[in-house]
Amino acid sequence: MYPEREGPAGFSNYEFFLTDPALPDAVINSLILVGSVISISVVLGLLIAILIQKTFRGRGIARVMLISPFFIMPTVNALLWKNMFMNPVYGIFAFISTTFGLPVIDWLSDLPLFSVILMLSWQWTPFAILIFMTSLQSMDQDQVEAAEIEGAGFWAKFRYLTLPHLSRSIAVVIMIQAIFHLSVFAEIFVTTAGGPGYDSTNTTFLIFSQALMQFDAGVASAGGVFAIIIANIVAFFLIKSVAKGMAV
Amino acid sequence: MGYRSAKLIKHNLTVLSAWIFALLFFFPIFWMVLTSFKTELQAISVPPLFIFEPTLENFTLVQERSDYMSYALNSIITSFGATILALIIAIPSAYSMAFFPGRFTKDILLWMLSTKMLPAVGVLMPIYIMADAAGLLDSRTVLVIIFAFMNLPIIMWLLFSYFKEIPKEILEAGRMDGCNTWDELKHIVLPLSWGGITSAGLLSIVLAWNEAFWSINLTAADAGTLTALVASYSSPEGLFWAKLSAVSTLACAPIIVFGWFTQKQLVQGLTFGAVK
Repeated sequence: MYPEREGPAGFSNYEFFLTDPALPDAVINSLILVGSVISISVVLGLLIAILIQKTFRGRGIARVMLISPFFIMPTVNALLWKNMFMNPVYGIFAFISTTFGLPVIDWLSDLPLFSVILMLSWQWTPFAILIFMTSLQSMDQDQVEAAEIEGAGFWAKFRYLTLPHLSRSIAVVIMIQAIFHLSVFAEIFVTTAGGPGYDSTNTTFLIFSQALMQFDAGVASAGGVFAIIIANIVAFFLIKSVAKGMAV
Repeated sequence: MGYRSAKLIKHNLTVLSAWIFALLFFFPIFWMVLTSFKTELQAISVPPLFIFEPTLENFTLVQERSDYMSYALNSIITSFGATILALIIAIPSAYSMAFFPGRFTKDILLWMLSTKMLPAVGVLMPIYIMADAAGLLDSRTVLVIIFAFMNLPIIMWLLFSYFKEIPKEILEAGRMDGCNTWDELKHIVLPLSWGGITSAGLLSIVLAWNEAFWSINLTAADAGTLTALVASYSSPEGLFWAKLSAVSTLACAPIIVFGWFTQKQLVQGLTFGAVK
């Protein structure tokens, strides 16, 4: 931080960051987080977008209710779940557990990473619903009807009409979520603070703790560069494997 | 008849499950709003209270402690301003990338996107120093600039993929009829991708509205946004859960309502019927 006093740091910052014993955990946690939230939101999002495609009374309201969580601030999201659902004393999960005579789980210390995944899925499944819903509107209905006349069942229609039609939106949803979830911060900061131990520390949080808790901007910057490299690797594989049909 | 009633049952089951999902997803928000009308004691009562005498004291206290309207105004100006700025930059860039791609277009797009994965804290120091040197600390200007550039990669990439869906033949036909670049953009590209531009814009507004890191670190009293207001309540969060619910409700209400209204626009979506 003070080059005039200590001279340039050379690669020592990188060395320090890369040999941090918490780094492997953090990278693995990041990948688990990104992978699970994306899988949950894409699968649930597809299911709900298809359910909501049917016309029924009050569909507009149901749709609005389904989309709303996406507009909630990440900090508010985290505080909400931490206080009202996951609190082991007055949380609603604890209430449900005791009602059914089950042991009370202290979510944030027993299942920290899973808790964060739950919060993020609640927020981002609506995003997937929104995108898939929009995309389903532009589906060729004549084609669907033709398939129905030919006797195509739900799965056949889903596999050969819906899925190909949605391939690009699925790619968009996956890419955008990968971008946001690799740098998840607020949800972890507010709820588990990366703990217990390093159980819910992802790379972003590790860099944050280097920068602000240990006041080491050099190491944090090295971490930032490292995070970008990881991000590029993930993006590269995403494009190669999942997102073949995508416009990029 | 059997076929019909089977179909009816299927329809009802679909509708029922749609409603179950809708209620599950909306419940946390409903509970937050409900809690904001409780006293602190009611907020943490076991079992959770559904029926109680509502009180407005949390909202009064929040308004007394801080001027909600000025925070809300800052949020509106910065999120809309940043989105407009980002769209002004992104539309021409996405146009050139989609219709005149070079050898490295894809790589550039990917690189831009990957910068979004950079943990913001890594660049806090340089940006703070630059903002300070420009005299922009605690100003709406700095937030507009940062939010715009924060969202630019995503907006650009979304627009790029929407523009890509426009058939080249239409552009060629336009050029045959003597369209210059500006006409092409104004009369062909923008109208055809309007749904996409709206959805990218909406996404950008939501992301800027909910951005917390930069608004907390770069602003104080003058340009503080609603996320900064929420953050100022969240330190002793367990103890003041009802007040926190009230301030969260106030902070999220505008963007939720905005989202509700614009989702219809979104759902109309990309109307490519005319093209096919």
